Amino acid sequence: MEAIKDKVAIVGMGCTYFGDRWDKGGEDLIVEAAYEAFEDAGIEPKDIQAAWLGTLLSAGSGCGLSRPLKLGYIPVTRVENGCGTGMDAFRNACFGVASGMYDLVLALGFEKLKDFGMNILPEWFSGVNPVFRFGHSSAGDFALTAVRYFHKYGIGRETLAKIAVKNHHNGVLSPKAQLHREITIEEALNAPILAWPLGLYDCCPRTDGAAAAVLTRADMAKSFRDDYVLVKGMGVAANPGTNRVRRDYDFVHYDENVSAVKQVYEQVGIKEPFRELSLAEVHDCFTITELITYEDLGLCPRGRAKEYIDAGAFTLEGEMPVNSDGGLKCFGHPQGASGLRMIYESYNQLRGKAGARQLKNPKLGLSHNIGGLPCEGTTATIAIVGR
Amino acid sequence: MVGIVSYGAHIPFYRLSRDEIAKAMGRPSMGGEKAVASYDEDSMTMAVSAARECVKGIDKEKIDALFFASTTPPYREKQCASVVAMAVDLRADVSVADFANSLRAGTNALRAAIDAVNSKSARLVLVTATDCRLGGAGSELEQIFGAGAAAILVGSEDVAAEIEGSFTYSDEFMDQWRMEEDSIVRSWETRFVRQEGYTRIMQEGVSQLMNKYGLKPEDFTKVALYGSDPRGHRDLVRLLGFDPKTQVQDPLFDGVGNTGCAFAPMIFVAALEASKAGDRILLANYGDGCDVFSFKVSDGISKIRDRRAINYYLTQKAMLPNYAAYQRIRHLITSEVTPHPKDDMFVPVLWRSRAEILSLHGSKCRNCGELQFPKQRICAYCGSKDNFEDVGFSDKKGSVFTYTIDSMAPSVNPPTVRCVVDFEGGGRMVCVMADCEPDKVAIDMPVEMIFRKLLDVENAGLHSYFWKCKPSI
Repeated sequence: MEAIKDKVAIVGMGCTYFGDRWDKGGEDLIVEAAYEAFEDAGIEPKDIQAAWLGTLLSAGSGCGLSRPLKLGYIPVTRVENGCGTGMDAFRNACFGVASGMYDLVLALGFEKLKDFGMNILPEWFSGVNPVFRFGHSSAGDFALTAVRYFHKYGIGRETLAKIAVKNHHNGVLSPKAQLHREITIEEALNAPILAWPLGLYDCCPRTDGAAAAVLTRADMAKSFRDDYVLVKGMGVAANPGTNRVRRDYDFVHYDENVSAVKQVYEQVGIKEPFRELSLAEVHDCFTITELITYEDLGLCPRGRAKEYIDAGAFTLEGEMPVNSDGGLKCFGHPQGASGLRMIYESYNQLRGKAGARQLKNPKLGLSHNIGGLPCEGTTATIAIVGR
Repeated sequence: MVGIVSYGAHIPFYRLSRDEIAKAMGRPSMGGEKAVASYDEDSMTMAVSAARECVKGIDKEKIDALFFASTTPPYREKQCASVVAMAVDLRADVSVADFANSLRAGTNALRAAIDAVNSKSARLVLVTATDCRLGGAGSELEQIFGAGAAAILVGSEDVAAEIEGSFTYSDEFMDQWRMEEDSIVRSWETRFVRQEGYTRIMQEGVSQLMNKYGLKPEDFTKVALYGSDPRGHRDLVRLLGFDPKTQVQDPLFDGVGNTGCAFAPMIFVAALEASKAGDRILLANYGDGCDVFSFKVSDGISKIRDRRAINYYLTQKAMLPNYAAYQRIRHLITSEVTPHPKDDMFVPVLWRSRAEILSLHGSKCRNCGELQFPKQRICAYCGSKDNFEDVGFSDKKGSVFTYTIDSMAPSVNPPTVRCVVDFEGGGRMVCVMADCEPDKVAIDMPVEMIFRKLLDVENAGLHSYFWKCKPSI
């Protein structure tokens, strides 16, 4: 099996402001992200040979992208893979280039969630009989992992609060984030409980946003810019839906994370991720998800996340900065956009363009999504980009 | 010898003090408390609960008929007995029937069951009587009515109480009724109902039974009498010449309330629970006439002492804090519930998965032996394809592997306690926990399964039922 490493380059990216974009429709968000990416790459829309659109539920078919951008009659594929939708649109676009079929492609992900009201993720049918999933919420499903993790490893809500505090701090330094406010551990602990033990600050908001990447063959990248970023590895793993069925599933790790990251580390040749990765954008839909992901990705040993959190290992100043832009906690989670927004952070960090949150001389940035619900089984999506 | 082979009952977990009703309505309180069906209970689920208890340890293959009796069936048109039969997991060729519209529906069904066994058209007949009636806000009936169910298994072998004789008659009388569109029970003036209805008719029926079989009031160890209200019941006991201190089975007004067509059967079950071999028990039920039965308790009673019935459920309770909490769980005020559109129940889906949804069947892999819920095509453990046998999970004990107390999940009674349950002997399922105090939920807590209602599906206009777990006590 041939590896994807160093075959595809990112030569332009765009990302909208994430937030309650009441005055903008989905097509506005698409135009905003795409044209920033076109401008960044120094290309015209007509230069794009094929495109991949990532959206969970805000548009249907390739026309959802072709229509707002007037891309003409080029191949456009709509991708959906749960909360990893944006990341998987990027992955498929990479394959389009790596296969030699296209030289210049667009991957764009977006979601216009704020048109749907507070509590409803409409029309996303998981395929699981609704009777068997009755009584669930997203927060509640992930809370099942938090209760079990607390029980198994003897930690409490304060550890989760530290993750929220860290991400809020980073979000203040991210101009495009939705939330720009420092919070304290006390605020996090005293906030209303949404699904025990997860409180308001353990949960990411619902947000509108779009992000885009222009990709080309690595050997052509220099003709677009000198500071291009290379795709190093990509992995996806879909859980076979057995968490709710098999009694040997422990609710304190995700096998799909472990499997997806193994694919990626093998492609890139990473042995000690904590030392070799410069930054990681991980899926913090809920603080507990970020915590468990540290362990699944090998950023710390199993069951020892608390020690690393207490030591500040994942802060901007730490040895392994995680969610340097504020994560889903501050950007919210428009599912189609999130994965590309994460890659956008690595793209900026690697080129020294991350402003007040710039890390020192980063080499490799990992981006990670986990999509779906723990009880139904999630899909983990991971990409590593580097210089 | 035909008679009662087993019994069961159900009283909802929640109780409301009548003082709270009185306070909210600015009316005098009758005192005591009433049982209130939870937001996820109705006549169907209560019947299932009582019926499952009743058939504990019984060979269900021998149950040839199931009757469902209620004045408050969840559907105006649609059989309920067929749902109860699925939930109790009876044979597919069981004979089912609904009895409705009268306070005597439960004893009408009991008579039919006795006739069926007597005529040898059925070996065992499972009778369920269940009601949760609504009295108008501020009315006496609001305070009097409670919710509950009884189940009685009638057969001719291993009988715990033999039917000695019965008497029935029809006496057309407008005392309580509901028109086609009424949600609350209408009633004519209390004194008229008590004097010309309840007292006259019951006195007539019980006297006629005693005359028919040459029995005197002192021949009965216990009498289980329907009561329209506490005073009517007291007066009737006196007029019939029974000793209120020794002979009368407590009519449950204080702790449960009048449970409609389930009321007399529940009082009767309580009498059976307290009985010993040789006792004679009178059961008298009222409604557009009356049904009166005399039973002689036999040695078999000692074999069914483990049934959870009235005594057990009287101790299993949580008080609703106030009238508003009652209104909320009985859907009497409009709660803000945002259903997930993706959770819409589609009839073909419910039908296709009926064995899992109504009978809680899962599968056991014939290759690796692992139990799995819901049913799988490909084994989640060993990958074998279509190599399973059906396994029922509803009677299995389980324990909580992990849980959440969720205020985000749509419910008229948040928070939703949802948990991962691991079953003894294998198998796991994710489900909601009913009848619990959320702050007492813990990992490893023992649970058992209970049949409950999910959210009504507004657009679809149907009820959907499924299994939840509840603390095992």
